[in-house]
Amino acid sequence: MEIPYTIDSRPDTGLFNAKLGIWLFLASEVMLFGALFTSYILLRVSAPEWPHGSLILNVPLATLNTVVLITSSITMVMAWASLKMNNFKKYRTYMGLTFLAGVAFLLIKGVEYGTKFEHHLFPSNSTFFAIYYTLTGLHGLHVIGGMIVNGYLWGPGSRMWKTRPERFTNRVEVAGLYWHFVDLVWIFLFPVLYLL
Amino acid sequence: MDQTQDIKKHVRTYIAVFIALLALTTITVAVSYLHLETHEAIIIALIVAAVKGGLVASFFMHLISEKKAIYMALILTAVFFAVLMALPIFAHSDPIMMKHVP
Repeated sequence: MEIPYTIDSRPDTGLFNAKLGIWLFLASEVMLFGALFTSYILLRVSAPEWPHGSLILNVPLATLNTVVLITSSITMVMAWASLKMNNFKKYRTYMGLTFLAGVAFLLIKGVEYGTKFEHHLFPSNSTFFAIYYTLTGLHGLHVIGGMIVNGYLWGPGSRMWKTRPERFTNRVEVAGLYWHFVDLVWIFLFPVLYLL
Repeated sequence: MDQTQDIKKHVRTYIAVFIALLALTTITVAVSYLHLETHEAIIIALIVAAVKGGLVASFFMHLISEKKAIYMALILTAVFFAVLMALPIFAHSDPIMMKHVP
């Protein structure tokens, strides 16, 4: 059976189904991260003292990671735009760069975590580190999830371009929406945890 | 052909947004070195983050020109998100809960 509305828009929503689907998923993600952000606020205002992020975390590394994720967002949108312009070779380059940016982000985060572990700074160390590891760890898992999808669409999944190019372009758009959301979450995590 | 021209125009916007995001990141980090009062630092950092988030959502995620169904879902999300963010205020006005906070 053919899956309906993978290319054409559904008359009532005006969207292909996967697009509405990913936005509903992202809405649930807003609530997930929102719950953790509100927990952060509650923990912070209730704590007798709260460390300034910049004194115990590595701001230059986190700034670099911000630049890496922002760069990966533009390469992702360029990957989609390349398909829209019928240029599959450029798509592969941009999608490959997006994947590599994900690798770079995780490596930098790994260095940061490693240094903290060396100094015996674990989630059990303080409320600050508990919420820091929870928020950045969950975000890191989202990066890994996005990389799996992006890697698939760069590699084996890209075969669909030959048979159903429009459907493949829509898949890349949907993966892109998720990836930009992961970038968006980091845009808030970075100042909240590191700079305030 | 028309679509290609259209996308090329979009690409120029994406590059402009990318430069703006880098500039705003520099501003956020620079402001943090000014050692402002905590409430001032929080307000500035959140405003800059909101502008950055707005740029990503509007242009990279194409929210600036989306269909009504997505806006409807997101309005509902924004309302519930606002309630979530207000929870600490509710908690602090709750005398039973506050008894347990040092």
